[in-house]
Amino acid sequence: MAAHAPGAGSGSGCSGAGRDTPSAPGAAMADGPVADVLLRRLEAADGGLDSAELAAELGVEHQAVVGAVKSLQALGEIIEAELRSTKRWELTAEGEEIAREGSHEARVFRSVPPEGLAQSELMRLPSGKVGFSKAMSNKWIRVDKSAADGPRVFRVVDSMEDDVQRRLQLVRGGQAEKLAEKERSELRKRKLLTEVTLKTYWVSKGSAFSTSVSKQEAELSPEMISSGSWRDRPFKPYNFSARGVLPDSGHLHPLLKVRTQFRQIFLEMGFTEMPTDNFIESSFWNFDALFQPQQHPARDQHDTFFLQDPAEALQLPMDYVHRVKRTHSQGGYGSQGYKYTWKLDEARKNLLRTHTTAASARALYRLARKKPFTPIKYFSIDRVFRNETLDATHLAEFHQIEGVVADHGLTLGHLMGVLREFFTKLGITQLRFKPAYNPYTEPSMEVFSYHQGLKKWVEVGNSGLFRPEMLLPMGLPENVSVIAWGLSLERQREPPVPRP
Amino acid sequence: MPTVSVKRDLLFKALGRTYIHTKVSTPGSRDHWRPLFPALADEEFDELCFEFGLELDEITSEKEIISKEQGDKKAEGASDVVLYKIDVPANRYDLLCLEGLVRGLQVFKERIKAPLYKRVMPNGEIQKLIITEETAKIRPYAVAAVLRNIKFTKDRYDSFIELQEKLHQNICRKRALVAIGAHDLDSLSGPFTFTAKRPSDIKFKPLSKTKEYTACELMNIYKTDNHLKHYLHIIENKPLYPVIYDSNGVVLSMPPIINGNHSKITLNTRNVFIECTGTDFTKAKIVLDIIVTMFSEYCENQFTVEAAEVVFPNGKSYTFPELAYRKEMVRADLINKKVGIRETPENLAKLLTRMCLKSEVIGDGNQIEIEIPPTRADIIHACDIVEDAAIAYGYNNIQMTLPKTYTIANQFPLNKLTELLRHDMAAAGFTEALTFALCSQEDIADKLGVDISATKAVHISNPKTAEFQVARTTLLPGLLKTIAANRKMPLPLKLFEISDIVVKDSSRDVGARNYRHLCAVYYNKNPGFEIIHGLLDRIMQLLDVPPGEKKGGYVIKASEGPAFFPGRCAEVFARGQSIGKLGVLHPDVITKFELTMPCSSLEINIEPFL
Repeated sequence: MAAHAPGAGSGSGCSGAGRDTPSAPGAAMADGPVADVLLRRLEAADGGLDSAELAAELGVEHQAVVGAVKSLQALGEIIEAELRSTKRWELTAEGEEIAREGSHEARVFRSVPPEGLAQSELMRLPSGKVGFSKAMSNKWIRVDKSAADGPRVFRVVDSMEDDVQRRLQLVRGGQAEKLAEKERSELRKRKLLTEVTLKTYWVSKGSAFSTSVSKQEAELSPEMISSGSWRDRPFKPYNFSARGVLPDSGHLHPLLKVRTQFRQIFLEMGFTEMPTDNFIESSFWNFDALFQPQQHPARDQHDTFFLQDPAEALQLPMDYVHRVKRTHSQGGYGSQGYKYTWKLDEARKNLLRTHTTAASARALYRLARKKPFTPIKYFSIDRVFRNETLDATHLAEFHQIEGVVADHGLTLGHLMGVLREFFTKLGITQLRFKPAYNPYTEPSMEVFSYHQGLKKWVEVGNSGLFRPEMLLPMGLPENVSVIAWGLSLERQREPPVPRP
Repeated sequence: MPTVSVKRDLLFKALGRTYIHTKVSTPGSRDHWRPLFPALADEEFDELCFEFGLELDEITSEKEIISKEQGDKKAEGASDVVLYKIDVPANRYDLLCLEGLVRGLQVFKERIKAPLYKRVMPNGEIQKLIITEETAKIRPYAVAAVLRNIKFTKDRYDSFIELQEKLHQNICRKRALVAIGAHDLDSLSGPFTFTAKRPSDIKFKPLSKTKEYTACELMNIYKTDNHLKHYLHIIENKPLYPVIYDSNGVVLSMPPIINGNHSKITLNTRNVFIECTGTDFTKAKIVLDIIVTMFSEYCENQFTVEAAEVVFPNGKSYTFPELAYRKEMVRADLINKKVGIRETPENLAKLLTRMCLKSEVIGDGNQIEIEIPPTRADIIHACDIVEDAAIAYGYNNIQMTLPKTYTIANQFPLNKLTELLRHDMAAAGFTEALTFALCSQEDIADKLGVDISATKAVHISNPKTAEFQVARTTLLPGLLKTIAANRKMPLPLKLFEISDIVVKDSSRDVGARNYRHLCAVYYNKNPGFEIIHGLLDRIMQLLDVPPGEKKGGYVIKASEGPAFFPGRCAEVFARGQSIGKLGVLHPDVITKFELTMPCSSLEINIEPFL
């Protein structure tokens, strides 16, 4: 299919390729001759061996031995390696020189012939200045200041012992411990010795010790499977503490997942979905049919989005409209009515539906026209609109969830029973009901549930029995009651996992 | 839902609660009693509210309110008396003040009996309000009554003013339907005339002003008055303004804007003349009934109201307030059947009486006769009586049962298709977006290189912001805005939405209809047409629509559109009709949505696949 798009031939068909696979090992281990030698030495060794000593013996960098230890460790229980830090005395560059050529004072002593030497000449020697004062304090030499051609240096003793050189040579030979603490610190003060910390491994045999370790495989390959070579190959262990690679997939919107869950609950309860695919509604269906008077605040410009184009509904079911008009303005069906002048123009005004109850009214009207009456359970979940300015707590559009049951002889107790089942399916079991006012339901009840987190009762929905002034003009039989409830989808939380 | 704020101490005192109270003495003010355990009292009152259908919304004080709204500085010195803010059902005008709340709750708890409100004729001449025919075009109705020998205190006076305000905001629809005026009757002399005059001909000293102004001047002054400016529009552009005079030409009020200062009521006022004018006669009568029933409590003859006569332009005269008691007959088994309880008629009558609906069993012993008092204008049908019985019974005492209604569930086919496709779109690696159905004209027109007149879009007449000018005619702008808001996410961005768009359609009753669209976008360093095209192929495979021209198949054909890069757009035909387009978006479109990368999109109507 890439043929249409020049230059895009490769596409991104090989998804995930080139990504890191953090928990799986990368390249095979780097083992080599050092590791082999180490294993052989270890086999012969009694107890274990020190990495630094081995390095010294083999004449390789200590780091090379450490590398071998680490790669062997990665193989599992071949070896055990214990990290040790040891302190060691080493000669400084000057200390090396002295160990080789003798101390400055010894060199001064040796350069003084039996007949003596002019002090000025002696001072020009490389060791002159430092060696002169030391040799003086050792009382190896003396200065004759009365000599004719300036001060002259003479030997005091015939021979001397160069202790500094001897001690440094001991340190160089790895026998620093033979020196007294005082001697070491003196040499350190003279910057001839330094103490260094060395990290070494004490390597011993592991539980799976073997001198013949082979190279580890990173991953199982098709070739290994077909040849069966996987049986004999060691595999590099995974790092299970690393994160996995996220699946390369799309996602459903969290709120719409909740919508799916609510649909499922309604369907499980035997509720049929009403058509709600008409955001535009006439005031008639949105308000008048629900016995909501034309002066009701909800019909205010401040609360409802009215339309400029198409401003008015083109058709209304006029017979029914007349019954609605009469009920509002004069009453009827046992009602006093609201006693005001009902205007058709007001009912024609188009708007963005403020609740899905408009769709329920249409559905109930269709039901009323079907004779004989058959009981129904309806639901809908869809968008509704309110003229709000958006902020953190106000949306101009949100989703309303609505359930409706119409049958002979339904009671408030039935409404509460259905609500209990409905909310139980949502995991909400603590419910209580508060009397409330809705223009189109009577009795009306707000549904509260106990919020464990907030430690208080919070409103979760609104419900009631539709008013006879709404149902009877539609033509529904007098003994049919319609219970209904509504809640907002946006106030519901996403289920963490699908409940059993 | 209206919120009434009442002082807790006053409320508890009036409710005669037995909480252990402690006397609080504050220098300079009267001693008062406070509950010793306010939290307990709050909780108990909250429970009572819940049971009765009220909501204790907030416990606060004047000081707290001011400090919340204007800062701590301004709140200094304000009263810290505890206030209860109580939400009252929108149709219960009788609960909009302390007096009514207490009366309702005391009757509910059977501590008092509901009072009987009586209209009485005056000893002397009846107060008359004559309506002239000039009012017909602007504010044709008026009703009036007199509260005789009333005794105000500061708290009662404040409550009286507050009730008028609550009524104005609610049933009076911000004074458009009804406006209330209360006057010191002793400062006036009847009969009164309710007429309408040219604004320049009306001149008086209004409330809390020190000199006279013409109506024209007043309307200008009040344009900057935070409270009154909201009411000016009701009469502003009318040739004549409504006005009420006494027999000496003193202006009582210029409804619905302001009263005259002359007849202003004070704490010392003993006789109050109340007029309600409006465009809705029924509501004017209700409003008057509510005010007089609430405050006749403080008259020398408690709960009696002196009648006033209103003469209409046709010469007919009526006496107000109506204070009508209506009898309703409801069968006990109807109540039991609607609520789902089994109470005796006698018990039901008792329950209703607790709701201020005095009831008794009559006739065959199953009939209940209910007297609807003038305070309960909300009772207009037997179902309202049923509700009150249920409230008194206690909603939470009703046995829950499941209806036996047997039904087979069906999904709405369009939604079923949508659900199936959504899951497969996500499985195809696209992430679902949920975007607003309303947007600006620019989003669906200018930004897509289309003229708004070519869109068939539905236009909103009263949006508060440009974000809600039209209903979307395409899902694309919403997805592009979503990408713009998520530019920091790693590429590629692959989004989809299956939702409704709206267009005008004169074949529908409302002149507009929805279409269910599917839209997907791919946003990356390369346009990825092949990916969007592949997605279309996958969708068609899922819908069992084979590729090819033959009947029932689908093809894409080179096309063009202002939103697409030239030569990179194709039209989708399926089942013999055009269902949408796909292509690489035009750089201008990408730029206008504040994006920087190439992007390809697909948008189709899925309704042909039902």
